[in-house]
Amino acid sequence: MTDTTIPTVPAVELSGLRVAFGKTQVVDGVDLRLERGQALALIGESGSGKSVTLRAILRLYAPGRSRIEGTIFAAGRDVLALDKRALSEFRGGDVSMIFQEPLLAFDPVYTVGNQITESIRRHETISARDARARALALFERVRIPSPERRLDNYPHEMSGGMRQRAMIALALACRPQVLLADEPTTALDATVQIQVLLLLRELQRDLGLSIIIVTHDLGAAVEVADRIAVMYAGKIVETGTARQVVRDPHHPYTIGLLRSRAEGAMDKGSRLQTIPGSPPDLANRPPGCPFAPRCFLVADRCRKEMPPAAAIAPGHVIACWRGEEASAAYRAGPTPVAVEMA
Amino acid sequence: MLLYILKRLVTVTPVAFGVSVVCFLLVHLAPGDPLSAVLPADATQATIDEMRAAYGFDKPLPVQYAIWLWHVLHGDLGVSIATGRPVAQEVGRAVVNSLILASVATLIGFTFGVFFGFVAGYRRNSILDRIASALSVFGVSVPHYWLGMVLVIVFSATLGWLPPTGAGPDGSGNWRPDFEHLRYIILPAVTMAVIPMGIIARTVRALVGDILGQDFVEALRAKGLSETGVFKHVVRNAAPTALAIMGLQLGYLLGGSILIETVFAWPGTGFLLNAAIFQRDLPLLQGSILVLAMFFVALNLIVDVMQTALDPRIERA
Repeated sequence: MTDTTIPTVPAVELSGLRVAFGKTQVVDGVDLRLERGQALALIGESGSGKSVTLRAILRLYAPGRSRIEGTIFAAGRDVLALDKRALSEFRGGDVSMIFQEPLLAFDPVYTVGNQITESIRRHETISARDARARALALFERVRIPSPERRLDNYPHEMSGGMRQRAMIALALACRPQVLLADEPTTALDATVQIQVLLLLRELQRDLGLSIIIVTHDLGAAVEVADRIAVMYAGKIVETGTARQVVRDPHHPYTIGLLRSRAEGAMDKGSRLQTIPGSPPDLANRPPGCPFAPRCFLVADRCRKEMPPAAAIAPGHVIACWRGEEASAAYRAGPTPVAVEMA
Repeated sequence: MLLYILKRLVTVTPVAFGVSVVCFLLVHLAPGDPLSAVLPADATQATIDEMRAAYGFDKPLPVQYAIWLWHVLHGDLGVSIATGRPVAQEVGRAVVNSLILASVATLIGFTFGVFFGFVAGYRRNSILDRIASALSVFGVSVPHYWLGMVLVIVFSATLGWLPPTGAGPDGSGNWRPDFEHLRYIILPAVTMAVIPMGIIARTVRALVGDILGQDFVEALRAKGLSETGVFKHVVRNAAPTALAIMGLQLGYLLGGSILIETVFAWPGTGFLLNAAIFQRDLPLLQGSILVLAMFFVALNLIVDVMQTALDPRIERA
């Protein structure tokens, strides 16, 4: 638990986090650490548990329908121990969240400005006028054109990119330490995506924010993140610096993700590589490594025992029995991993 | 906003004109001679013709319509054949009584409907939801004239707590908001409230369930709002639809209360219509149908405007 190399308290620390809905174990033992002032990208395909991990940090799931185990520390608080009142202070105050689809994440019948001032006045004793002035400053900060007028817009009156900027302004309204971004660019046009990512990066640096950004877009992850964590079937299979994970991947799943990108100009007639098969049924987890049925390097051991997380370099951790072979295969070139499934 | 109201007013005009044509013609489509009800059986042809001319029934229909419309536009709905009193006066008094009854019923129905709807919507599939849903299904399906009679049997005949019929102790048909008159309105209003209660409860339940499932509710919680804070947003989002339904229900109650007003002998428009139909009182019938239809038009207008005020997305659409 004690890490002597880094003396600071991390912004977010999850240990042994498990989240289940009924019998479905969606997040299955996640250990994750986000240093202050850093950005971490959590990547994985749909259903890998990345969004659930993020929401668990704010305890957004009703206790009746979900079961959370493990420990969550965020912005210096033991999240699972917070009472109702402290939890609502914590949400939006210490840690806030940006959602995937800003049109759906704003209440359609209130103006955007009202929703920002509502949040400010929820957390601080401040006059309506001052709250509005703060909202205006935030709109300027996220570079929304004619901010004064835009504060009085309803969400449907804004463009997608502007709405996401407004969402970021809302999230920053109470000066949180940690920002959780759930696929913040997925719903946006490609040209707007990069602008929003750059804005996030800039705010993170200027305000000393710690960010966790959930995405399935490796390009976006590399753009903003210091570190990348790759999730598969509710487990983190590889973590490292952005460079380590992208340049020197050791987990076959990470390799599969990297290879299935349409990178540069593809030769005419060449096919995009894909990872064969589909993610496992989380309600009926097979023993062993969850990726084994789809893995090009699968061995007998993989089907029986779950590999433990092991460091292969400082800060670079994988959960795979055959990390070295996978890495060698990746370095050997693009073709050998192509496995045809019937 | 003002422009929107003006625009809606302009679009309402042809609707109102159409309604007046239909009102006028509808009555003429019905079989039976209105004068036969008032004239003695042995009246001479000369008397009949004279009466026809006096009421204008001898002229061709379009001309009759034009004359009628002209009078209507000047606030003159004609004279009742049966009572000889001005139709406007008769209808006016009945409308007030119906409005009172319908308003009280809508208020009861809306209050309980919204309450049950929110409880059921917030506690989906719980026992409370089942009870609230059962009550609303009962409300929508029970024949209300039957329910009216059962209530009269229980609360008037057996328990003797409330008067069974009429609008007040003096039988004058002028309702006043005092305790004595309140006792008269309870049974008909409750009977009448049952259907809107059921409809509103079911709609609000669906609405609340739908709103709670939307992303923005999670976002509101994520920014630290308490459940009370979230509830305010849910109410504001549910309000336009709930109000629209309440407005429509009020409209239905104003016109569709013939059965209840007859069961409870409540001197409203339903009671009046019923009488006008059976007495073949053409001017009274035309007048009351026209007024009721105009009520619908006006209500729809008001509901539209209110919705626009509450939900900014509607104006653009």
